[in-house]
This record gives sequence, C-alpha cells and structure tokens, in this order.
Amino acid sequence: MCLAIPGRVVEVVDDADQLAKVDVAGVRRTVNLALLDADPHALIGSWVLIHVGFALSQIDEREALATLQLLQEMGEDYEQQLRELRESAVE
Amino acid sequence: MSGATRQERIGEIVQRTRARPARFRDEHITMAHGAGGKASQSLIEGLLLPALRNDALAALGDAGTIAVDGVRLALSTDSFVVTPIRFPGGSIGELAVNGTVNDLAVSGARPLALTLSLVLEEGLPADELRAEIDAIALAAAAAGVQVIAGDTKVVERGHADRMYACTTGVGVLDPRAELSTSALCPGDRILVSGAVGEHGMAIMLARDEFALEADIRSDTRSLWPAVDALLDAAGADVHCMRDATRGGVASALNELARASGVAALVREREVPVAPAVAGACELLGIDPLYVANEGKLVAFVAPARARAALDALRAVAGCEQAADVGEVLAEPPGMVLVDTAFGGRRVMDLLAGDPLPRIC
Amino acid sequence: MRFVEEFRDAELGRALAAEIRSLVQDGRTYKLMEVCGGHTHSIYRYGIDGLLPDGVELVHGPGCPVCVLPMGRVDDGIALAHEPNVIFTCFGDMLRIPGSHGSLLDAKARGADVRMVYSPLDALAIARRNPEREVVFFAIGFETTAPSTALTLMRAKAERIANFSCMCNHVTIVPPLRALLDSPALEIDGFIGPGHVSTVVGARPFRFVPEDYGKPLVISGFEPLDVLQSIHMLLTQLADGRREVENQYARVVPWEGNPRALAVIAEVFALRPHFEWRGLGFISQSGLALSDAYAELDAERRFSIPGIRVADPKACQCGEVLKGAIKPWECKVFGTSCTPERPIGTCMVSPEGACAAYYSYGRHAGQREATRENALTGAGEAYP
Repeated sequence: MCLAIPGRVVEVVDDADQLAKVDVAGVRRTVNLALLDADPHALIGSWVLIHVGFALSQIDEREALATLQLLQEMGEDYEQQLRELRESAVE
Repeated sequence: MSGATRQERIGEIVQRTRARPARFRDEHITMAHGAGGKASQSLIEGLLLPALRNDALAALGDAGTIAVDGVRLALSTDSFVVTPIRFPGGSIGELAVNGTVNDLAVSGARPLALTLSLVLEEGLPADELRAEIDAIALAAAAAGVQVIAGDTKVVERGHADRMYACTTGVGVLDPRAELSTSALCPGDRILVSGAVGEHGMAIMLARDEFALEADIRSDTRSLWPAVDALLDAAGADVHCMRDATRGGVASALNELARASGVAALVREREVPVAPAVAGACELLGIDPLYVANEGKLVAFVAPARARAALDALRAVAGCEQAADVGEVLAEPPGMVLVDTAFGGRRVMDLLAGDPLPRIC
Repeated sequence: MRFVEEFRDAELGRALAAEIRSLVQDGRTYKLMEVCGGHTHSIYRYGIDGLLPDGVELVHGPGCPVCVLPMGRVDDGIALAHEPNVIFTCFGDMLRIPGSHGSLLDAKARGADVRMVYSPLDALAIARRNPEREVVFFAIGFETTAPSTALTLMRAKAERIANFSCMCNHVTIVPPLRALLDSPALEIDGFIGPGHVSTVVGARPFRFVPEDYGKPLVISGFEPLDVLQSIHMLLTQLADGRREVENQYARVVPWEGNPRALAVIAEVFALRPHFEWRGLGFISQSGLALSDAYAELDAERRFSIPGIRVADPKACQCGEVLKGAIKPWECKVFGTSCTPERPIGTCMVSPEGACAAYYSYGRHAGQREATRENALTGAGEAYP
C-alpha cells in the first residue's frame, strides 16, 4: 500500500541501533532493521523490503523464483499457442 | 447517458479546460510556482503574458527573438537559486553559465555573450565566492562565451542562501535553424540527447533530506555542440528543440505539445536512464521523466532526417546515449502519452507542483 | 533492480493478459476492487486497466491513508504547523492536501516551518539537531507505516528527547474493509488485497472477507505482473467456485505477518474508540492514538489543537469514489472545478488517489484500444 522497495543489505552501520546500509541499484541509504528480529550481521547480502527508512520484511528469494517460474510457464504456453496459431494460419 | 459516453465527455471537457490559457488565481506564491509544472504555467500564462503582451514572449520559447537591422538575435535570461551551491558534478556558477547558453542554443542561436548578476549573502566566505567565479570563468570558456557585463549586490545574512546568480545571454540565430514552438508536425521523431534525471537527483541527494548515497552527478554542460551537430545533420528538418530543465522531459514535451496543438507519444523503454538514477527515483517514488536536467535537450525532427540527426548527436561528446524516444501524433492535441515498458498506455501530464516523493 | 524489473516483463504481461481473457466468460462482468492506493497508482501508471478484457472492471477502494484523512485533521495539522517555534515534519504526500483554508504547502508559504521527511527517523534527527525548537511529526499510514512510527517513538522515549512529539493519524485496514462490505450498494466480486499492510498483519486478518462475505481476496504485489497475476487468481477462484484468501505476494508477505512489528504497535499505540474517515464517516476501532505510556510524546496532548470536525465541501464526492461507488469521471466536479492544481478533495491530490491517478495517467479514451493493440502485437516494445 505504501511505497516499499526491495534493497540488498550491504553493511552494518550500528549494531546497537540495528542500522545497516541497504543498496537499491547503486543507491544506498541507512535503514533500520529492528523490525526483522534477526542479527543485522546475519542479514548482510540478503534482500529486504524497505519502507520509510525501515526494513519491513525479508524477501524470500525462493518464493520470488517460484512466482516468476509460474509466470514464465504461462508465458511459454502462450507463446506456444501463438506459434500454433501462426502455423495453422499459414497452412 | 451510458457510462462510456460520460467518460468521453468528461475527457473532452478536461481537454478543453486544459487547452485554455491558464489563469493565475493564487493568493500567495508557493514553492510549486517555481517547479516548472502547472503552477509555473499559471504564473506565466495568467500573469506575465497578459501584462507584458508581445509576440516574441507569447511564443514561450526558451529564448526571445528580436530582429535588429536584419540580424536575428536571441536573448535569454535565467536565475539560479540552487541549494547547496556546490553539488556532485557542478556548482551554481556552472549552472548559471550553461543554463542561459543552453536556452540560446536550443533556440537555434550561437551563444556569444553573457551578463552576470550576483546576489551575495553577507558572511559568504571569500573562498566560496572565488570558487564560483572560477567555475563561471571555466564554464564560459568551455561554452565559447564571454561575460561582458555584470552586477553584484550583497544582502543581509539569512537571505540569498549563500548566493543567487542570474545570467542573461545574447546570441545570433543560426541560418540553418528554423525552429518554432508551434512547428511540431505529426510524424516528427522525438530525440533526447542522453540519460535523463541526473541533475535533479544529484541535487536531491546533495540536499541530504533523504540521506541517500549514490554516484549521481549533475549533467550540466553546454548544449551548443549538440545543437550544432543536429542543425548540421538535419537543418530545417529540426522543427523545435528544448532544454529539459525544471520539470524534466515530461514538462518540456507537455509545453511543446500544447504550443503546437499536437500530441507526443513516448516509448518508455527507449528513454535512457542511468541505473542509479532509476534506483533513487524508485526509492523516492518519482518518475525520472519529471526530474530536472541541466545538460539535456529534446529535439523534434522530421522522420526523413531523424536517423541522420540521431547519429550526428551520438557522435557529440556526452551525447553517446542519445535516443529516439517517440513521435508526434496529431491527436489528442496538447497531450503527452506514454507507451509503458509493460505494454500499457497512459497519459503523462504536467505535474501540479513539485515532484514530491511518494511515500505512503 | 532485482525483484522489481522481472515483475515488469512485457512479454509475460501479454501472456497473463491472454490467460485472463480466456477466463472471462462471455457476457459476464466482474468487478474487482483494489483496496490499496499503491495498487491504484500501479494500475494507472502501467496502463493495466487497458490490458484487461472489457468484462473485467477495476474499482478503486479507500486504501490511501492520505485520501481518507478528513479535512478537520488536516486543519489540526496546519494549526500545529503555525504554533510558534514548531518545526512541522511530514511525508511529501501530505503537503498539498487541502484543509479548510489551504494546505500545508500554503501554510509554509505563509511562514510555517514545514519540512518534508522520508522517514520518521529523519524527523527525530531534526529534533536532535534543533534542541531549542519543538519538532512535530505528522504520522499517517496504515499498519504498514505504524511500526516505523512506533519504533521512532520508542527511540525518542529511550533517549529522552523532550522536543519531539507525534500527531498520530494511523489507521487500520480491517474496519474500513468491513464497512465497505457491509454497505448495501457495493457489488464487488473480489478483492485485490493490500500487499504491504499484509507484511505487518499477515494474511489471517483478511479471512473474514471470504468467510463472512463470500468474496475471494488475493494479497497482491505492486509490480504490473503481480497485479495481473492477482486478477488471474481471483478470476480462477470465481470460476472454480472457491472463496479464499490467497497470497500472490509470497516473496514478501509472510502468512503470519511480522510479530515484532505487531508487538511495537501494541506497545506504543492504542485503538481510538472511533475515528473519522473521509467519505466513510466514523468507524469504530479504526484509528490509532498514542498509548498512555507514550502520552508525553503525543502532540495532541502537548498542544491544543482545534479538533473541529469539518464537513467535506458540498461538491466533493471523494467519499463515493473511495467506496468505489462512483468512478473518478463520474464525480460532478472531476476535471472541472476539481483538478490536481486546484483540488477540492483528497482523491485528486494524493498521488495514490483514484482521481489523481485517473486524471494524470488514465484520462485518454483511446487508450484502451491502443493498449490492447500493443498487448496483442507486441508493439511498444522493440522499436526499429
């Protein structure tokens, strides 16, 4: 609902305050990780959802891939149907 | 009355309302009036034009043209109030030179000379002033212009945000140029001279309001070499050019579509944007097409010469990423449409005010 | 940008659009409501409505926390901004929302120190840097944003920052959704569920939608492929005769939500007995206020605010737009007296408001055809 964007945790800035630098396509911002209930150091390299300077959730890469795969399968089916349609038209 | 008919009627009413000259009805000036969007438009069309009334101004080009003994001159002026005065990729002095040089250039005039007006804040360190004067000298030399007159004022501490700079420039209209804001033709290709949104994002980052770090630098530079190349390659087939400053490419397209009574169609996928600019815009919820540039132009070129024009542009230093991003359509007049990278189509209107980051 | 660009793939979009077309039964119409303002924005920004077959209609809901703020609360904020010595901080979206006598931007023009911040933590930083000034943070948002405000207030309390306070306008998602479902005029077949609120509250709170009202709800991401896939999932449910909550946004939304976020909300906030929503009237237990433990950081207790209830201007039909009862262009003042430059209501000002989105992005009648053409032929993609 509100603007939130995925970013990669690249470095811990403050252990006590649970602050880390998060990278979005080369742009970095300090983000508060306190809502994630995990050790900031353990999160380095993982992707999180950033909203108003806080990480709301960790991105589940497997789920992301699964979703994409589903979409790609649908895409392949569609391309297949289009091909069949074109080929049948030629005949 | 069916739903669809009402929708179309409302669309038409909105179109007609937008096509009328904007009225200026605000009680106070707000920051929106300086943003290059609708509020700025209402100030220009609703207050300045009616009061100052003349054809040169009414063309609302980047420069005003005037003929003196058969010589066509172009005159332009620009004030710079940017804060902070130094930022990645440039400084206020550089902007002051290139800003006016570019307004002249995109109007088809080779820039010749500038005047420079400075308003300095009491307490400004001499070193900072020195640095800006050096920047101005360098930029002027790079742009091939001379600063031939000027003025300096000082105001009390707390005003002028360190310094404001205003430049006015004069140039001679190039014989190859036949440019006009009302010359856009259906079928014209829309060219941009490089990646968009760099200046505005550089400033936004430098201001530290959002505590973002990124390697984004202002793109401030003279556009005369780009204009020269375009005029050389396509001459009178370049119908119009604009410096895409405040309000970005989107605002420039909207203003020109309005002036020519045509539509502009942009293919989002073709618009060059640097990854870091795209990332910063995503984070803040801004569209890069609305972000200010200080070294980019949009050009409208007849289709027959568009390829040659693009190739010539790409050969100019700093314009390697120039691209053909769309075309002019006859309808709907005054509107800018975008074919999104996803395949849908939408309108790209002038912003009502400042591109405030969308947060929630 | 990972996890973003892959979900904007135009080819996959075409395939999904085709799948959706195949699910739509001839002659049958489907009304799907996207609750969330972020989805409204996405739909218009990517021209998604143009990719859907005629039988599928998207109705915009009240999930824009800025849009549902009543005028009286905006006036209260402006009053705070004009208090001597106050630095008033808020998110960018708030600046142009009209109160009875202008917006916060107008207040700034008249001399109030109004500053836009990206994060509540930035507002707290301003308080630290300006110990002699009073810094007020105008908090808005659903449960998505409330945890961030909560953590900021916890930090302020822990550090004993005396010059910081918060005016809380946080609202919760379930009560207005229930109010919508209870209204007799509503004929929605399914809901595109809020994606980011769910990262906090999880999917569970939405079960009442299928269970009590028999409508499917799919929690959706915000990229165009996410929205299309969610529409596909809703239509599939309807075709299968299923009614349940599904999570399309599983890569981000945990079924159980975020326990830590819920815990900090519970600590810092308390439910107001009722809260007024623009267009929906008073809804019980739908708004948050600072709890007693955080009373000293409550701007409404620290300052005296007018607290006057202001009726929407007579011409304004934002309420009906927010309920999905009318479309933006069906509002009597849309595009004429109410425009983004001179807005009468919030729907036209907020970047996620249905009217603003439609006016700015969707207004071109010929679009649907052009979009459909692009979708079928793949034009708009590689340009020679």
